[in-house]
Amino acid sequence: MANHTIAHNVYVPFLEKKGILSWILTTDHKRIGIMYLISISFFFLVAGVFALLMRYELLTPASDFVQPHTYNVLFTLHGSIMVFFFIVPGLAASFGNFLIPLMIGAPDVAFPKLNLGSYWIYLLGAAIVLIALAKPADTGWTFYTPYSATTDTDVVLITLGVFVLGFSSILTGLNFIVTIHKMRAPGMTWHRLPLFIWASYATAILQLLATPVVGITLLLLITERTLGVGFFDPAKGGDPVLFQNFFWFYSHPAVYIMIIPAMGVISEIIPVFARKPIFGYKAIAYSSLGIAFISFLVWAHHMFTSGISDIAATIFSFLTFLVAIPTAIKVFNWTATLYKGSIHLHSAMLYALAFIFLFTIGGLTGLFLGALAADIHLHDTYFVVAHMHYVMIGGTVMGFFGALHFWYPKWFGRMFNETVAKIAWLFIFIGFNVTFFPQFFLGVQGMPRRYATYPPQFESLMSLSTYGSWILGFGIFIMTLNLIAGLINGEKAPQNPYGSLSLEWQVPSPPPLENFEEIPHVTDWSYGYGKKK
Amino acid sequence: MTWIPEVASNLASKVDGVLLLITLMSLVFFILITVVLVYFAIKYRRKSEDEETPYITGSEPLEIIWTVIPSILLIVLFVYGYVVFKDMRTPPKDAVEISVQGKQWLWTFDYYNGKKTINELYVQYNRPVRLVMEAQDVLHSFFVPAFRVKQDLVPGRYTQLWFTPTKIGTFDIFCAEYCGTGHSAMLGKVIVLSPEAYEIWEKGVKVDEGVGVASLPPAELGAKIYKEKGCNACHSLDGSKIVGPSFKGIFGHPVELQDGSTVDVDENYIRQSILEPQAQVVKGFAPVMPSFKGILSDEDVTALVAYIKTLK
Amino acid sequence: MGDASTEHSHGHHMDPAVEYSSSKLGMWLFLGTEILLFGGLFAAYAIFRAKYPEMFFEQHVELNKKMGAVNTCILIFSSLTMAMGVSAIQRGKQKVTAILILITILCGLGFGVVKYFEYSAKFHHHIYPDTSIFFSLYFLMTGLHMLHVFIGLTILSVLFVLTLKGKFTAKYSTPVEVGGLYWHLVDLIWIYLFPLLYLIG
Repeated sequence: MANHTIAHNVYVPFLEKKGILSWILTTDHKRIGIMYLISISFFFLVAGVFALLMRYELLTPASDFVQPHTYNVLFTLHGSIMVFFFIVPGLAASFGNFLIPLMIGAPDVAFPKLNLGSYWIYLLGAAIVLIALAKPADTGWTFYTPYSATTDTDVVLITLGVFVLGFSSILTGLNFIVTIHKMRAPGMTWHRLPLFIWASYATAILQLLATPVVGITLLLLITERTLGVGFFDPAKGGDPVLFQNFFWFYSHPAVYIMIIPAMGVISEIIPVFARKPIFGYKAIAYSSLGIAFISFLVWAHHMFTSGISDIAATIFSFLTFLVAIPTAIKVFNWTATLYKGSIHLHSAMLYALAFIFLFTIGGLTGLFLGALAADIHLHDTYFVVAHMHYVMIGGTVMGFFGALHFWYPKWFGRMFNETVAKIAWLFIFIGFNVTFFPQFFLGVQGMPRRYATYPPQFESLMSLSTYGSWILGFGIFIMTLNLIAGLINGEKAPQNPYGSLSLEWQVPSPPPLENFEEIPHVTDWSYGYGKKK
Repeated sequence: MTWIPEVASNLASKVDGVLLLITLMSLVFFILITVVLVYFAIKYRRKSEDEETPYITGSEPLEIIWTVIPSILLIVLFVYGYVVFKDMRTPPKDAVEISVQGKQWLWTFDYYNGKKTINELYVQYNRPVRLVMEAQDVLHSFFVPAFRVKQDLVPGRYTQLWFTPTKIGTFDIFCAEYCGTGHSAMLGKVIVLSPEAYEIWEKGVKVDEGVGVASLPPAELGAKIYKEKGCNACHSLDGSKIVGPSFKGIFGHPVELQDGSTVDVDENYIRQSILEPQAQVVKGFAPVMPSFKGILSDEDVTALVAYIKTLK
Repeated sequence: MGDASTEHSHGHHMDPAVEYSSSKLGMWLFLGTEILLFGGLFAAYAIFRAKYPEMFFEQHVELNKKMGAVNTCILIFSSLTMAMGVSAIQRGKQKVTAILILITILCGLGFGVVKYFEYSAKFHHHIYPDTSIFFSLYFLMTGLHMLHVFIGLTILSVLFVLTLKGKFTAKYSTPVEVGGLYWHLVDLIWIYLFPLLYLIG
């Protein structure tokens, strides 16, 4: 392996080398990105199957498919795998790895070996969680004490897995921050950075600041169960609500770890397919940082009914409304970018438009939960479930699918079937709305979340939601097949099929081993579409 | 199907006001964005490959407009939500106090006059009620959709909520905070009685007024008690293990106890298990069942025994 | 890993100055996350001390102030030797550096030995992490710190061997500097832990 020398002016695609070692020992950010992509997609599909099983149980009010305990395990696994193994590392680790060096004109990330180490740590965390499936936890992904400290299912292993995973997240974030600071090509000033880079930067800061806190929180939960520590146990003078404070101090910023990269993706896709400069570049860039900052100050809005003081609730409600502002600014700017554009409805663009539409619903329904009086009624009902999925699927997953379709030719050097991609999009879009829109009404009517069985008055909407999940599942199935088929027999992709100005499209598809033959000199931002006056 | 649940408390209509205002504002923004999005997507569809587009990079006036206007609206929402919240958190001084315990997976209510009920909360029409609540094991959350009230119950501290019922009838109580296997079976009812009916209930000798339909045959009465007193949260009828042993086919058979001895499940064992649940716990189950002494009358226990006998 | 890294060998494409400043930035960021990790425990400490001031005062007397003070001195001294080691390698003095790192390692081990006696004394008196909130905090905070001491010692041992092999020079001293930063953090955290746990009153 070592005596293989690279002749510098010959194009060697990074996918050229074969063999398992060329993957698991690679320090190439593009290959590490692929390994993350495969891993997170695997977990996405697994957790998706758990979701389908849950919805199947909820087709009827009685528990006639699985026992309540099994149902509780299903939503715990669905939630924790989706959150910790798919959506938190998700876009940031897969597309972040692939794109950051390419977009800023660097041969790799700042610490390539550390990057590989982060991936191994991710795998180690995943392996621990897989072992934990032997006696799966039934706590919900939030691991609230005292239940998580007393249930006789295996909470220690799954939280340990998440704890280990946290280090992968921290090290990846650290790597990206240093890369963005130190590795930009000459002329790539901060205000010329693609917005995906700004988004990745904001995400990395969140990963660095928030993850250690959840790490210590989960560690405390583990010591609670193993050493008999009593920080969360009222019988020992502890406080069960303290756990919630600690947990949400991480997990609310984590929501933005999940969504900000997707916002970055949308900011890349829309200008290319509208052939327009992004509208309000600075507003979008700085609103990412604004969101990142405020997101640390809103955690207790998950706890308005938990017994926190009224003053705390009031302050947190106010701060929660603040975080809506930078989010709204982004939506307005994306929409304005379309104005007088030359819009091509490529499948990636369809996902981007779906993102704006669905994320707007997700964002607006967040207002209901930020308003104190309304949240009291809606908290822990299906309204929250629907809101969260409009943000997480309607937002992050649409961004993820959009990114998959957008950068697919660049990453793999092949094209997928565009017609099938559009059909799959339609199924996903319809299926998603049929699944989750009824849940807003269920929530307003008082249907609590995490119910294995439910009163008969909710049956019609619950069944509708289950039917929707089948359409959604079918759409994702088609999309997956289509993308896999493209890898096998898709046409060869040109270097720049959409006429993008961003750096990653100025190298061959797939990119060569060290990205650029020569480090480029950047003279303009990457959104200079359209005719200057 | 109705859009929102019944309005059955003084707070419900206030909360609905907040919901309505946010809905209206959200609809305005949602329709605005969707219409513009769809209009642009159609109007500016690419017709030829060499179309020219203008180089527009932003507009400061627009940025200011769409920052300031939403900010003002958001502050309005915040204030409105806060004002109603303050009402919801401030019980009137003359409110009747009832203490509530949440336990996996049933609700118990203790009244000022020494009465005690399980899973059924009796309140009087148009008279404010303050619930002082505590959890005995893990977190629970007391939620009555028709009243728009919800409050977590936390072990080791008291939390409270209040409401004034404004409608006579029976309304659902849900546990809204996940509390384990029987979470979705931790259901109860609020029974709002007219002042006259409440007076009768208050003075009634029998503590289990809600169930006491004495004219039923014992086994049927037992079936009713099984559902309404929360036995079903822990004891299944189909042989599956929830928290306690299933009732299916249990009568007349020996069971192994924690100390290794065995005992025949007869009338006396069932009676003892209901009134002194910790005395003889079946092996493999945790001693978590609360005593129903003072909650179930002798007739009720007899009815339950009769019911369990029928479960072959 | 060696093969893969020489094959792509990005390091060689990186300007040494950039590599140096990247490594330093990376380490500072990492130290920030370490402080946040302890931050969770410090927050718990603050909350419970405010809630149970008497318990903290009554139980902290069980801790051995003398041993704590000795350990504090040991760590401060080791930070000094580490800093001298960094400055020595920047002047290209490999042998002096190796000796200074070795002294730092010995200090770290000494700290561990003292801590071992402290823990054994506690267990002997039947004081465990589940004895009380105060002792939970004591064991968790010092335990997590001890874990960091071990990690630090591992790093220092690697640095020691590499220094002996002559890997570091005045021009290339990044790993020693970065490793030194980590050791200073270990010291710094202890400087907070000592008064918070041993000197209440």
